[in-house]
Amino acid sequence: MSYSFQFGPVFHAWPLLLQGTWNTIQLSFLAMLFGLLVAIVCAWGKVAGPRPLRWLINAYIELIRNTPFLVQLFFFYFALPATGVRWSAYTAALVAMIVNLGAYATEIVRAGIESIPKGQIEAGQALNLSRVEIFRFVILKPALRAIYPALTSQFILLMLASSVVSVISADDLTSIAVNLVSQTFRSFEIYIVVTVIYLLLTLIFSYVFRRIFQWGLDYPDRR
Amino acid sequence: MRSFGYNEFLYVLEAARWTVLLSLVAFAGGTLVGLVVALSRTSENKAVRALSIGYIQLFRGTPLLLQLFLIFFGAPVMGWEINPWWAAGIALTLNSSAFLGEIWRGCIEAIPRGQWEAAEALGLSFIWKMRDVVLPQALKIAVPPTVGYLVQVVKGTSLAAIIGFTELTRAGQIMNNVTFQPLWVFSVVALIYFVLCWPLSLLAAYLERRLSVGLSR
Repeated sequence: MSYSFQFGPVFHAWPLLLQGTWNTIQLSFLAMLFGLLVAIVCAWGKVAGPRPLRWLINAYIELIRNTPFLVQLFFFYFALPATGVRWSAYTAALVAMIVNLGAYATEIVRAGIESIPKGQIEAGQALNLSRVEIFRFVILKPALRAIYPALTSQFILLMLASSVVSVISADDLTSIAVNLVSQTFRSFEIYIVVTVIYLLLTLIFSYVFRRIFQWGLDYPDRR
Repeated sequence: MRSFGYNEFLYVLEAARWTVLLSLVAFAGGTLVGLVVALSRTSENKAVRALSIGYIQLFRGTPLLLQLFLIFFGAPVMGWEINPWWAAGIALTLNSSAFLGEIWRGCIEAIPRGQWEAAEALGLSFIWKMRDVVLPQALKIAVPPTVGYLVQVVKGTSLAAIIGFTELTRAGQIMNNVTFQPLWVFSVVALIYFVLCWPLSLLAAYLERRLSVGLSR
């Protein structure tokens, strides 16, 4: 191998990489937040809504889950503006991510709602817990506990999938990397560094999510 | 200017065979490597286990797009000429093997402890214990999630468009550049993906239901 690695130009660009990392985190968090709102509304509609609404929500979920995120992104970035919608690459990317996550998270949230048996609420009433206590300890905590692992791994998948929005130059970490490559031609070095940044993000978020679970959602060990 | 008519539709549809072929290659490669990953992950050897944990973490913890870039732009640097077809095939194989390996690890570990112990009590070595006792049972529960993962593989092949491999998504981009009718083009592209993926999703859900009925009996 006659190639000499030069990481100098990559590390010189650290403020840009940091900005890109921040943008990726921000994009993922915003998409998660709004995607969850979409999911809660859709899950409620699926559990309690009238038949046509349920049918519509199912169509949305199946359509999103059975097409690639890249095509959805193109749809929001190229196709919708052709009908008169005007938005930036960043907004189009964010909307595509929200719509995508919403479909996956709906099923997760619905499973959470359905994981609470009626008997459990009645048991809470039998123990003379107040309505607030029942909601907090008997409904909310077990439901959150049930959906938390799936939801957090969905967040990490979303963050990794967000690298795809670089194809429309939405200023995320991968976009920054692609720009740097065209300026410095150090493609291999830059992609190695950026891949490591993503790996660190995954590890850090997994760790933080695990700690949050232990701190707020775990029950004491049954011993 | 061309509009998105029958010939343009045919162009996109014909490109879908590359999506199918790439999916099959990635799935076949992912299955072979994934089996090794799953067996290493459940191995009794600590070093082998650590190695496979690292492998799974690396490929599941980084974006598929970056893995694709690293292989496509990295291979020439290491002195290998590579075209988008090979780069996509290799990246998708490695990525699928990590995900499938992790799925199958769960299936292998779901086999009750007593079965392992019984195989050990019969004096079977690791290979025979796996071949005759654990894997046949694990296979049964592994089928539904594996079919479900196939959908992810098909969708993942769309990223090959970014490095210039003309499969379904890239064909859509090309037709969009020619016709300037993105709404039509990308609706058709999405629809073709849907036609490829939805039956697999339905099959996975059906198999899972059937399996859970079988297990609860």
